[in-house]
Amino acid sequence: MSGLRRVLAVLLPLSLLALAAGVAIGSVSISPLELWAVVRGQGDALHRILLLDLRLPRALSAFAVGGLLAVAGALMQILLRNPLADPYVLGLSGGASVGALTAMLAGLGAVMIGGAAFAGALASTLIVFGIAHGAGSWSPVRLLLTGVVVAAGWGALVSFMLAVSPSSELPGMLFWLMGDMAHARNPAVPMAILLVVVLAAVPFGRTLNILARGPQQAAALGVAVRRIEWLLHLAAALLAATAVTVAGSIGFVGLIVPHLLRLIIGNDQRVLLPASALAGGILLVLADTLARTLIAPEQLPVGVITALLGVPAFLYLLHRSPA
Amino acid sequence: MTAALVTRDLVIDIPGRDDGRALSLTVHTGERWGILGPNGAGKTTLLLTLAGLRKPRSGVVEVQGRPLHALSRAAIARGIGVVFQQHHDGFPSTVMETALMGRHPHLHAWAMEGPKDHALAAAALARVDLAHLRDRAVQTLSGGERQRLAFATLLTQSPTLFLLDEPTSHLDLHHQIALLELVTDETRRGHGAVLALHDINLAARYCTHLLLLYPQGDACWGQAADMLSVPALERLYDQPLASGSVDGLRVFLPKAASPHRQLE
Repeated sequence: MSGLRRVLAVLLPLSLLALAAGVAIGSVSISPLELWAVVRGQGDALHRILLLDLRLPRALSAFAVGGLLAVAGALMQILLRNPLADPYVLGLSGGASVGALTAMLAGLGAVMIGGAAFAGALASTLIVFGIAHGAGSWSPVRLLLTGVVVAAGWGALVSFMLAVSPSSELPGMLFWLMGDMAHARNPAVPMAILLVVVLAAVPFGRTLNILARGPQQAAALGVAVRRIEWLLHLAAALLAATAVTVAGSIGFVGLIVPHLLRLIIGNDQRVLLPASALAGGILLVLADTLARTLIAPEQLPVGVITALLGVPAFLYLLHRSPA
Repeated sequence: MTAALVTRDLVIDIPGRDDGRALSLTVHTGERWGILGPNGAGKTTLLLTLAGLRKPRSGVVEVQGRPLHALSRAAIARGIGVVFQQHHDGFPSTVMETALMGRHPHLHAWAMEGPKDHALAAAALARVDLAHLRDRAVQTLSGGERQRLAFATLLTQSPTLFLLDEPTSHLDLHHQIALLELVTDETRRGHGAVLALHDINLAARYCTHLLLLYPQGDACWGQAADMLSVPALERLYDQPLASGSVDGLRVFLPKAASPHRQLE
């Protein structure tokens, strides 16, 4: 496990640095000395409220959501044996948004909203996989077309629901379409789900490595393919749905992060999955910090930043992938 | 000599084809069974069915006295290994990592590969002449090198029975012979092998038994020497053959096709 240890030795300190930057930088900037004072339980009362009650929960939420999306992307890429898979591109985030919005419009509570988001994400992954699989093997073109069309369908449904909602609630609800951390106040649940899924998936890393070689080869080497694929569908839907209920549809994190990591550390899932969780967290904390400060005091939705990074990366990958 | 694989009234499932003759045969350790047949006769489908990767239309495949459907995938993979015609390397990986996959059915799901596993994989790579490429990316290998690597993965897996789908395709002459000598060697050490082959001469030289698969589902099987008759092979391939002997080896050569065949 020396590979994992080395990767953690780099990514854990970077995660702390990113979180520190996320709480220190903002419309009221806070110096490292003042930050240290607050960490030790001292410092200015206004700073304490700003840091501990506002910025820290938001930064931790962003970290969790980034990790959730990156791990969801990595798992979907194994399922599809294709580096272009991502919960946003393939419509999981859209399905989760529709599920959550439906539950909200029906006046249901938080748990039901989470459950509805999960159901929406799962429905979306089953539609995409079912249709794109057809008879025979995955073709990237067919898969992406199916995903894009399904995602567009969910987008239209979300727009419809927003159009019939009271206009006073619109600004807060738009984040279902573009992704925004402004309403994320409670990082505990997404953090816990991220931790549980990564800890549960890493022991099966060798199985996942072999599954990435294709279902037939994996079965010949002793993998119970059907069962593992179902677990992966469920895990990807759970991760995407959790991310969406916290922060709306944020795109491309699941695409960029595993891809970059694979170039650097290879494709052993026992290293790649924990690394994706941390690197996804780092990326989204930094992107959200940028989103809060670029046009301060106004804030951008963080989905704008990730899309600006992700679209060129996606096009580059599509250009390079064999037809 | 023990039974590595038994089929009972096995009919493979090829859509739109009649059942033909059901296969009831036993492959023992130490035997090398060649499957001969024209394109589309069902050689690959038969291998996949024997490996439990395709459902038969009827009948059973048994390993170690138990039907495949009663065994877990990992248990089957310890008894039967497959080298496919095509290899899918969607993501980058090294030659060593690919050979190490063969240890998967022998390890607990959560266990890491240890020094013993690495040693087995390294030994397998050396036997197929790939030891010097162990850290190379799989994507950069030639077709023949990739085929030999797939065989190294099988050697690492070390199942009782080897199923090989056209193992000599992509290989140069030297490596064709080297690979079949290796298979022969392994069968003498207590493995059995079933090989789908296109080359009658290689089959005649290296197989102990032959199974002839006809396009419409008919089949016959037996000791290689009994099966290698020119009329049977001509009917199999719908192709006139000449036969002779070179340095004591039986050889078969295709004659020129008759004129009406050339038009097809």
